[in-house]
Amino acid sequence: MGVRQFGARVKRLEDPALLMGAGRFVDDVKLADALFACFVRSPHAHARICAIDAAPALALPGVHAVFTADDLPEPMRSERIPNLMTNPAIKVMRTQHALARQEVCYVGEAVAVVVAANRHVAEDAAALVAVDYDVLPAVADCRDAIKSGAPRAHSDIEDNIAAVVRMEYGDVDAAFAAAPHVFAETFWLHRGGGMAMETRAVAARHDAPGDLLTVWSSTQTPHLGRRMLADLTGRHLEQIRMIAPDVGGGFGPKAPFYAEEAVIPAVALRLGRPVKWFEDRREHFLSATQERDQHFDVAIAVDHDGKILGVRGTLLHDTGAFMPWGIIMPYIAAVTIPGPYVVPAYRLACTVAITNKVPTTPVRGAGRPQAVFVMERLMDRVAREFGLDRAEVRRRNLIQPEQMPYAVGLIFRDGMPLVYHGGDYPRSQAAAIERARYDNFCQRQARARELGRYLGIGLANYVEGTGLGPFEGVTVRVLPNGKVLVATGATNQGQGQRTALSQIVADRIGCRLDDVVMTMGDTAAISQGVGAFASRQAVHAGSSALLAGNAVREKIVALAALTLGVPESEIDLADGEAIARGGNRPRLSFGELARLAQGTAGVSFAAGQAPGLEHTAYFTAPQASYCNGTHIVEVEVDVFTGGVTLVNYTVAHDSGTIINPLIVDGQVQGGVAHGIGNALFEWMKYDENAQPLTTTFADYLLPVATDVPTCQLTHIETPNPLNPLGVKGAGEGGTIPAPAAIVSAIEDALKPFGVRFAEAPLTPERIVATLRAAGAYEQLG
Amino acid sequence: MSHHAIALNVNGKSYERTVEARITLADFLRDALGLTGTHLGCEHGVCGACTVLVDGHTARACLMFAVQANGREVTTVEGLAADGMLNPLQQAFQDNHGLQCGFCTPGMLMTLTEFLRDHRDPSEADVRAALTGNLCRCTGYAGIVAAALDAARRLRQEG
Repeated sequence: MGVRQFGARVKRLEDPALLMGAGRFVDDVKLADALFACFVRSPHAHARICAIDAAPALALPGVHAVFTADDLPEPMRSERIPNLMTNPAIKVMRTQHALARQEVCYVGEAVAVVVAANRHVAEDAAALVAVDYDVLPAVADCRDAIKSGAPRAHSDIEDNIAAVVRMEYGDVDAAFAAAPHVFAETFWLHRGGGMAMETRAVAARHDAPGDLLTVWSSTQTPHLGRRMLADLTGRHLEQIRMIAPDVGGGFGPKAPFYAEEAVIPAVALRLGRPVKWFEDRREHFLSATQERDQHFDVAIAVDHDGKILGVRGTLLHDTGAFMPWGIIMPYIAAVTIPGPYVVPAYRLACTVAITNKVPTTPVRGAGRPQAVFVMERLMDRVAREFGLDRAEVRRRNLIQPEQMPYAVGLIFRDGMPLVYHGGDYPRSQAAAIERARYDNFCQRQARARELGRYLGIGLANYVEGTGLGPFEGVTVRVLPNGKVLVATGATNQGQGQRTALSQIVADRIGCRLDDVVMTMGDTAAISQGVGAFASRQAVHAGSSALLAGNAVREKIVALAALTLGVPESEIDLADGEAIARGGNRPRLSFGELARLAQGTAGVSFAAGQAPGLEHTAYFTAPQASYCNGTHIVEVEVDVFTGGVTLVNYTVAHDSGTIINPLIVDGQVQGGVAHGIGNALFEWMKYDENAQPLTTTFADYLLPVATDVPTCQLTHIETPNPLNPLGVKGAGEGGTIPAPAAIVSAIEDALKPFGVRFAEAPLTPERIVATLRAAGAYEQLG
Repeated sequence: MSHHAIALNVNGKSYERTVEARITLADFLRDALGLTGTHLGCEHGVCGACTVLVDGHTARACLMFAVQANGREVTTVEGLAADGMLNPLQQAFQDNHGLQCGFCTPGMLMTLTEFLRDHRDPSEADVRAALTGNLCRCTGYAGIVAAALDAARRLRQEG
């Protein structure tokens, strides 16, 4: 066996093509004879559609068709997009129509689609489609939405409440009644977007001879998309092939199935021509899902030592106009709050409000950044009230390693009890504290204050449910040319799955990394698939790759032993060959073995011989996995501009066993950058009529290279007992505690002014306004 | 819509085409020449994914019309590697994990191609400042900054 790839800092196999401009993203797929689509979208947050006049658009040269809801095939014409995530707590399940019928409920909802010879003409024509709207009152803020007498976000939903759900365990009221100290807080986390650099894109082609509808989509979940499209078109699953080619970032919003993914294929079918749609960035702001608007009223009860007795409160979640991913984000937020701490009793009453804003679905973190913000800010509050160091309060409350496996007392989003298996939370915090030089920060802070500079430090712990089920499959097949095909329903939006899975398979079957051929994100590659979300692919696809690799290894060894006439125990596999250990080391290449495994037409196999060197494994984890970590951030705040500089960012992270440290480093660092955006920059602004006001990257700010420090990363590897690789998932942990840590650090920096922050993002404007209200500028003279 | 004949050089190759006045350089490169390495991330000049070199200077291909490239030399990401071999900057990106999804990467590479040509021994702060016109959502920039500094070292060694 050659060099072990698993655990090595292997350079990514994905990179050369992407670096040479040879990536293949959806808009790069050239389809002969293709037409181009542009959607007509609602300019109103809430309106009745009275009439649509497509005639002026159709008169424009180059326009081939204008489709409204009535032109779509059944059941897409009249049925809503199927609901992906059921939950008994959902009172009103509302998904949108592929094209709106009668009523539009957010700015950007698709009303019609124009198909033309090119994108420019399609856009010209879309502006000519005359839609007569009867504008209805809209509701923009979820706090207003649940008030009695509020405008209805949908004319047929009475109270704008989609779901009410209570998460609880223990006797929380008794705990509070007996507690010597109770502290209450109100928190708000604001919504933003995934903002992948590649917007959404869909291309579709119907090949009449084979009656196959091929759809390319910039999606995280092609298998799921195919299923939805089959439901909406009435086609057999096998008559649809969905491909997610190179995808330019996902971060959650490319996981749900979108109206455009239904409409473009329907139009291609109807016109008998390939049709492409490439979303522009403004459209992305208007119609790609967003997340994070959550309001919390919470209280923590603690004993005389600052040990937690209970946490209780309410959560109000703004789901936007529809709920394509159910109530997952408030659900996850509610069960993530206890986190790494011993919380003996707990209750969170969640209300999910419908508003006239873009629908929400998970964005990197999915409810967890909010939950961690709540719990960590409560810990900061306890520290302040007791005059204790923030790390010390946490230390007193962390779950100890000997308490593992630790049952929190709630049911997680996977439907199974929330049980942490492994992880050493005190060690994680201690590692971060040491690396960040936390213990002598007060000296640095004091020196800076003497110079009129305001340094602060913040820390946050988190536990993150990852590796959600139900499964992901991998087929490993040795090809007659000696290459090893790995096919999977896992998808790649930049996470390096091709490299990671190749490492696993190469080790198992003894081939070179560059002999692995990968097919992913293609429903034709493997019959069942789930896709990318919830930091799940290393757990499921990784484990399936291991199991399939092991099975194929056994088949190769058996066939080589049979053919070479030696016992199986005498066969080694290396560099794509099976080699007998004895004699003059006779050998067979994988290519030769693959041919032998196909036999000769008409000739019976020998006893024990089996067709093909291939195996498909579908690993299913028994429950979710739980990562954990600690972030410590040191900031400098310019009290006059409100500008925040992140001086130092330290992460201790336990995502289980690491397949490729290069990739995990990148995932964590990138996740932190997203968290920095949520903490300081990203502000999806709507006016009181739910009109979005930030629809360019000049208005909605993403962190740039000067905003994001290179993090100091410490990996703690506690193997996960729930899968054969020991992995947990690393895609989101970087994002989750960042707003909590950063806001804590800003508050610490501004301690001389006694200001408090209970929300994110903290823009410069917000910081200056808070300082002004606190009289800071008078204090500074 | 008026049409115009243009002649330009892209990655060392001459092209003569007739284009509609409103076609951007980015759309022209992607659709007319099939050079799909130049990506469109925002189409309003902020994200920098479409950055190309025009007569050696970085330009947003989404904010420039194809007709404005008439008579000019354009270099795109496809023009960086010689004979299928990654150039030192591209190799440094792979070695330092300077890319994840790869969508912003062409713009990053073009910005840094100009920057490293003009700055042989940049500091980390210089590199970060140079990159502020290019957004990346995946990497958190650490790998890109490391790659740029590594490439600068390699280029100095090459002389």
